[in-house]
Amino acid sequence: MRNIWTIAKRELHLLFIGPIAYITMIVFLLTLGIFFYIELSYAIQTQQYIPTMGTSFQLIAFPLLFLAIPAITMRSIAEEKRTGTLEFLLTAPVRDWELITGKWLGGFLFFLITLAVTLVYPLVLSLIIKPGIDLGAILAGYIGLILLASAMTAIGIAMSSLFNNQIASLFATLGVIIVFWIISSPAQYMEGIGGDILRNLSLTTHLYDTFLAGILDLKDMLYYISFTVFALFIGKTAVEIRRWG
Amino acid sequence: MIKVTKLTKDYGARRAIDNLSFHAERGEVIGFLGPNGAGKTTTLRILSGYMPPTFGKAEIGGFDVVDQSLEVRKIVGYLPETVPLYPDMTVFEFLKYKADLHHIPNAEDRVDEVLEMVDMLDRSEGYIAALSKGMRQRVGLGQALLHKPEVLILDEPTIGLDPAQIIEVRNLIKRIGKERTIMLSTHILSEAQQVCDRVLIINKGHIVAEDTPERLQSRLAGSQRVELRIRKNSEEAMPLIKKVRGVTNVTVTTDDLLEFEMGANQDVRPNVARAIVQGGFDLLEMKQNTLSLEDIFLELTRDETTPPSLKDRADQP
Ligand SMILES: Nc1ncnc2c1ncn2[C@@H]1O[C@H](COP(=O)(O)OP(=O)(O)OP(=O)(O)O)[C@@H](O)[C@H]1O
Ligand SMILES: [Mg+2]
Repeated sequence: MRNIWTIAKRELHLLFIGPIAYITMIVFLLTLGIFFYIELSYAIQTQQYIPTMGTSFQLIAFPLLFLAIPAITMRSIAEEKRTGTLEFLLTAPVRDWELITGKWLGGFLFFLITLAVTLVYPLVLSLIIKPGIDLGAILAGYIGLILLASAMTAIGIAMSSLFNNQIASLFATLGVIIVFWIISSPAQYMEGIGGDILRNLSLTTHLYDTFLAGILDLKDMLYYISFTVFALFIGKTAVEIRRWG
Repeated sequence: MIKVTKLTKDYGARRAIDNLSFHAERGEVIGFLGPNGAGKTTTLRILSGYMPPTFGKAEIGGFDVVDQSLEVRKIVGYLPETVPLYPDMTVFEFLKYKADLHHIPNAEDRVDEVLEMVDMLDRSEGYIAALSKGMRQRVGLGQALLHKPEVLILDEPTIGLDPAQIIEVRNLIKRIGKERTIMLSTHILSEAQQVCDRVLIINKGHIVAEDTPERLQSRLAGSQRVELRIRKNSEEAMPLIKKVRGVTNVTVTTDDLLEFEMGANQDVRPNVARAIVQGGFDLLEMKQNTLSLEDIFLELTRDETTPPSLKDRADQP
């Protein structure tokens, strides 16, 4: 447990000493800010529309997290392999799963911080809209995004432990995310259990229909948590196999 | 403390080490000596818990390096061949990170202590990226010492150090080696002789010799090589030198350079010098070369039962 925290702290620190973390946050804030401005202007113009966070949430899910997660996680383990520091970590008294979990936690905490920064927009909304905004919907939206970030970060860590090369890791992560993003699309042409399975595997069905619609469902939470655990398990296995080199 | 039985490691189809067996007791310093590609790093990596062997078994402090890898890693300090360091960290941050992974109490104090030991205290706040190769080597040594390991595994610990540091690190190894078990690899014969209680010579994945440095020395000192510089026409001097008793293996290396071998226990250099001068040649230089590591390997691997040097000596009257 302590090792996980030590590694996560190091990972987080590494993100913040470079420009990547700040660039990511600025892109998040700027993109959301532009659309937030449009949303407000539209509401002011029409005088019939109550601005919400709906568009912002969708933007965070796609393309922001969708693109930022592969970029943030790509170096995590691949870079340690390339520079040889993995030998340092793998001969320290750290279990392989602690290493992977620590790496994941570092990336995940980074996205928690990034998501926390975006809280300025709902805060502004709650100040200007009388009698107030639907806090439940905002909470559900954020929980959904946090869970999505968790699962996607886990994919990134798994891919980073499979590849020696950051760029390979980047594209592999992007590829896997895309597959799980669109996997439910063919389901509409499929009958019975096959379609159900595809729908349930999808990263999107569990997000758009529930969390982003303001609904909290235990089933969806379990989906993202199992997804995270499974991806981290793949990462741990990849490190184990690497030892046999 | 270290017990290795029939250790074998294959990388794909290539066998890097083959059936290695050896052991080391507490307080022993074992030297692992061998040319490039002999399998030193491979063996040390297995011992450090980095990777499992293909066959065979290795135990450190009674723990199996595969099944109880975590216990092994807790009691082993390992300096890898290419010292893995994070360039973006300061020396202090790096050692603190390692200390935290070992759950060392009062980590900061211990880090300072270790920095003192490897003489890096003044660069504590400097970034690793800005260190020289030798300094990195010292930081690498420091991270291996942090948790006061019972067993130290050092892969070429003095490579890249300046002469003063080499002496210091060797002294450090000797000091630590009094209570702890150390296994180090090196290319340098004299280093192995200076710091090790026992030397294992490995070549192409096999242990070809195992002995105390003293015994190894006398075994290798079976012949000494002497280099001669003669003004011009060194070839013409060859027959003269060959005639001197105790001289073997005369060769001309360049125009004015000659080499010959002699038994270690009969120094025939004065006789050779006299013969050359009396023959009317100008002797410019005479230099005794100790055998290089490569020569030793040639000797040890050419004919395992009777090294040529011993045979030569037996031939002499
Ligand atoms: N990761 C690897 N993959 C494939 N082959 C390897 C790997 N590491 C080492 N080898 C091979 O195993 C053999 C032993 O290598 P090893 O690194 O153990 O030698 P060494 O004694 O440490 O050499 P050096 O003195 O050059 O450090 C060599 O033939 C090498 O090519
Ligand atoms: Mg080596």
